[in-house]
Amino acid sequence: MTAATTQVEERHVPPLGGFNLTALRLEIRRMLRNRRTLMFVVVFPSVFFRIFGMSSKGVRSAGPSALAYIMISMAVYGAMVGATAGGAAVSVERSFGWSRQLRLTPLRPAAYVAIKVLTAMMLGLLAVAVDFAVGAFSGVHMAPQVWLLSGLGAWLGSLVFAAFGLFVGFLLPSENVMQFVGPLLAILAMFGGLFIPLAALPPALQTAALFTPVYGVGQIARAPLVGGFTAIAVVNVIGWTLAFGIGAMALFRRDTARV
Amino acid sequence: MLAVDLQHLTKRYGSVTAVNDLSLQLESGEIVAFLGPNGAGKTTTIDMLLGLARPDSGTVRVYGRSPADAIARGDVSAVMQNGGLLKDFTVKETVEFTASLHANPRPVAEVLDRAGITAIADRRVAKCSGGEQQRLRFAIALLSDPRLLVLDEPTTGMDVEGRREFWRAIREDAGCGRTVMFATHYLDEADAYADRIVLIRQGSIVADGTTAEIKNLASGRTVRATLPGADADTLKALQGVMSVEIRGDTVIIQCTNSDVVARHLLTETPAWDLDVSSKNLEAAFVALTANDAAEPAGVAP
Repeated sequence: MTAATTQVEERHVPPLGGFNLTALRLEIRRMLRNRRTLMFVVVFPSVFFRIFGMSSKGVRSAGPSALAYIMISMAVYGAMVGATAGGAAVSVERSFGWSRQLRLTPLRPAAYVAIKVLTAMMLGLLAVAVDFAVGAFSGVHMAPQVWLLSGLGAWLGSLVFAAFGLFVGFLLPSENVMQFVGPLLAILAMFGGLFIPLAALPPALQTAALFTPVYGVGQIARAPLVGGFTAIAVVNVIGWTLAFGIGAMALFRRDTARV
Repeated sequence: MLAVDLQHLTKRYGSVTAVNDLSLQLESGEIVAFLGPNGAGKTTTIDMLLGLARPDSGTVRVYGRSPADAIARGDVSAVMQNGGLLKDFTVKETVEFTASLHANPRPVAEVLDRAGITAIADRRVAKCSGGEQQRLRFAIALLSDPRLLVLDEPTTGMDVEGRREFWRAIREDAGCGRTVMFATHYLDEADAYADRIVLIRQGSIVADGTTAEIKNLASGRTVRATLPGADADTLKALQGVMSVEIRGDTVIIQCTNSDVVARHLLTETPAWDLDVSSKNLEAAFVALTANDAAEPAGVAP
């Protein structure tokens, strides 16, 4: 009526709850600016790969497929750490009040979560790509479809950990959530057979490993190379994604309801 | 249409009643100061106005819509007290990111300019001063070209120069008919930038009027004298007398024209020990908002 602001057109609600590619691009760029995240995602897995894969005579004598095995394992590790870091970034945003600020924009909660998951998965993809590039330069030879399928397997596994990252991000109100989560991820990675083959573990631990969140991802990512694509692995991935996803959504609801 | 229509809002946190049956209407285009001491319920009221907190009872309408609807359409935006920025974005990226979430945002360059931060567009948020960060929040709030702009203690923690710069930007912007509501506990800010002041104490509105009316509330003088057997009715009939109080032999007269009262007391009565004191806005504010104040004297809006 008396509003004389400069708008002329009828006001609208943005499509897709505010989800858009500009926001996604800026988020990814911001993530890549974080040196600590880059260390975890890009540098560590590649360095581990060089240490485990290139220095040990055992691996060399076991032939190129052992090297490929380690490379894929490190790709999974990088993807899971990257995706977790991306998801867990919500805890920083909450502690800075950014989440609250976003509630003063048209951005819908589901669109916010979608942006966070995709950002986390981009970090995961980056980790896989860098690790595979280091592997290729270090003499890993695999059939093209093995490269592709293993890479996809490792990357899709980061979905589990994007959900996991969001879960811990909403759970822990800490700026340095990754300091708590990092060691946990290393233990989970061991149960997923990323650092040592599962067969090297005691039988009881091998059985327990079937139920841990990295197991399925590791199996699926390595399957194109060594086989082992099982229903248990698929169920494991789906189960943990759902568990973390539902947990994250529940905490997210609690978070937005409280204020 | 009312810009803001708050009806009988109540919000409790445990046993504390932060906002108590508060009703407030803002017309479109008003610039309103929401003035009160810390803990008076200003932020809680603003949180409910913006949909960040849910009232225990009462209703909130912003331009006829729920707060969430109004925000989704860009009808309302807010500059909050602190926080709410990411250190590793630059100033410009923060604005670009927020702009991308709106349906029809103003151009990024335009809001940077209006908030006076074009020169620091490429600076990391972490390297910005408190005042610069606040102007960044202001820039973000301008993106939707909101019909209502809410500012919650926008200059807290700023130095004098920062406050002046911030208000200059707000003032330049408010010319175009935007409704502005700002919470503050600085009297001079309310005085300088609002055309209406709403005083809040312990979760309730204790005075609401134009800046002039609120000032009038405070501009009177108090004449005190010793006068046994004073005739209250005669004194009340004097020009400009607002109230007469008799405490034993002492008479206390609130008035707007202390000269008339003093002349009367000294020439028509045997009064002695005459004392004239003036109240200022500060005193009125303290009187109206102090927690142990008697029943508030409201000014009709």
